[in-house]
Amino acid sequence: MGNKTALFQKHLDAGAKIVDFSGWDMPIHYGSQIEEHHKVRRSAGMFDVSHMTVVDISGAEATAFLQKLLANDVAKLTLDGKALYSGMLNVNGGIIDDLIVYRTDPGYRLVVNCATREKDLNWINKHADGFPVEVEERPEIALLAVQGPRAVDKVTSFLKGATAESVRNLKPFRSLAQDDWRFCRTGYTGEDGLEIMLPEADIASFWQQLLSEGVAPCGLGARDTLRLEAGMNLYGTDMDENITPQEANMGWTVALKDDRKFIGRQALEAKNTSHRLTGLIFRGRGVLRGHQEVITPDGKGEITSGSFSPTLGFSIALARIPAGDYKTVKVLLRSKEVEAEVVAPPFVRNGKAVFKQ
Amino acid sequence: MMSNTPEELKYATSHEWVKADEEGNVTVGITDHAQDLLGDIVFVELPEVGSLVAATDEAGVVESVKAASDVYAPVAGEIIEVNEKLNDSPELVNSDPYGDGWFFKIKMSDSADLDNLLAADEYSEQCESE
Repeated sequence: MGNKTALFQKHLDAGAKIVDFSGWDMPIHYGSQIEEHHKVRRSAGMFDVSHMTVVDISGAEATAFLQKLLANDVAKLTLDGKALYSGMLNVNGGIIDDLIVYRTDPGYRLVVNCATREKDLNWINKHADGFPVEVEERPEIALLAVQGPRAVDKVTSFLKGATAESVRNLKPFRSLAQDDWRFCRTGYTGEDGLEIMLPEADIASFWQQLLSEGVAPCGLGARDTLRLEAGMNLYGTDMDENITPQEANMGWTVALKDDRKFIGRQALEAKNTSHRLTGLIFRGRGVLRGHQEVITPDGKGEITSGSFSPTLGFSIALARIPAGDYKTVKVLLRSKEVEAEVVAPPFVRNGKAVFKQ
Repeated sequence: MMSNTPEELKYATSHEWVKADEEGNVTVGITDHAQDLLGDIVFVELPEVGSLVAATDEAGVVESVKAASDVYAPVAGEIIEVNEKLNDSPELVNSDPYGDGWFFKIKMSDSADLDNLLAADEYSEQCESE
């Protein structure tokens, strides 16, 4: 028996198939992951992501601490509520985790992966030692992602006038705190939507309200195909501690403008990057999958994430391959060699194909 | 959730079901248990009509969003028909595994092969112990 979120019974009520996910009993789907996927692209779906780890950082030196801890620069968070995607790197420039950091009054809030919770907390606490900062895990905060073109309408239909208006007007990567809740215009699907932080005690009734409004419960299966179509990395699959941001299509998250001494910077600046993470598409019959070998004129690479794209109707993948300019590569797909096209991710945004060849 | 395992069919340990008729032909598909484990099915590769298969030979491939899996011939013989509908509508395997989601038909070379297959209760036991 694994850990259970406050929505566990609601998942069972909705017909969820439950799987173990890093020690948590989580829904993989509620019948059909493809239908859930389409629901998010065309209307609205909701995901229980309460298993993710929330960590608050406060104190006089919180900004300086996070400027050392993270490869992206929290100085960009000029307003309360703004959010930033960043890697947290080791001294070799390898990615310990990827996370979103929110500026909150009076400090910052990090949302990190559940599978990496323990090592993340150890790393953060180790480096906080000596800084006048407080690090506090917030396991009592539940997280619900409501995603899709109708998501904001559905959520705001339950909010009071002024709050509803403010939430509707939130820009991407902004958040708004209201009492014990925080509405964030962020997500992991490539669609408009909100990620909502709320007290555990409130989430079951909120879920029920959204359900009555036709918001579809969606499991980890749809979450994975949606994020892959959106060209978003999955930690532990597309990158890990031996991979730098430059090798994971995350170079844009590394802020090198000034001489800020963040952990991993020295190694990144000294390193020649030989591989890059790119997108592949295969229009034939068959599905590209993680760990399949990729052959290029400059050597071998590997698919890191691959699946069938429900929106496009063919297979897509992220692959780490030797840096070079290729239109096509060969992939070993179940003992036969096929030609896959190299494209720049994302594959899908706001319900439409957007990949560039 | 209990899978559906019809009494009147025979089963292979590799999760195919077999329905034999009086002329020595069998229809083959994958079980409800198998389709449930695979999840949404997106491609099916079928054997060539006219090809000869031995029992336990690979005779097709089923790919879901989650995984790819071989489909084996439960008995030896000649492939006499395949379910072309699966090329455009692979989801039939999910929605109707024992009906419209059938894969292929084999003209058996030796009907004694059927004796090597499992009865419904034996197959259910195997699924439960997995």
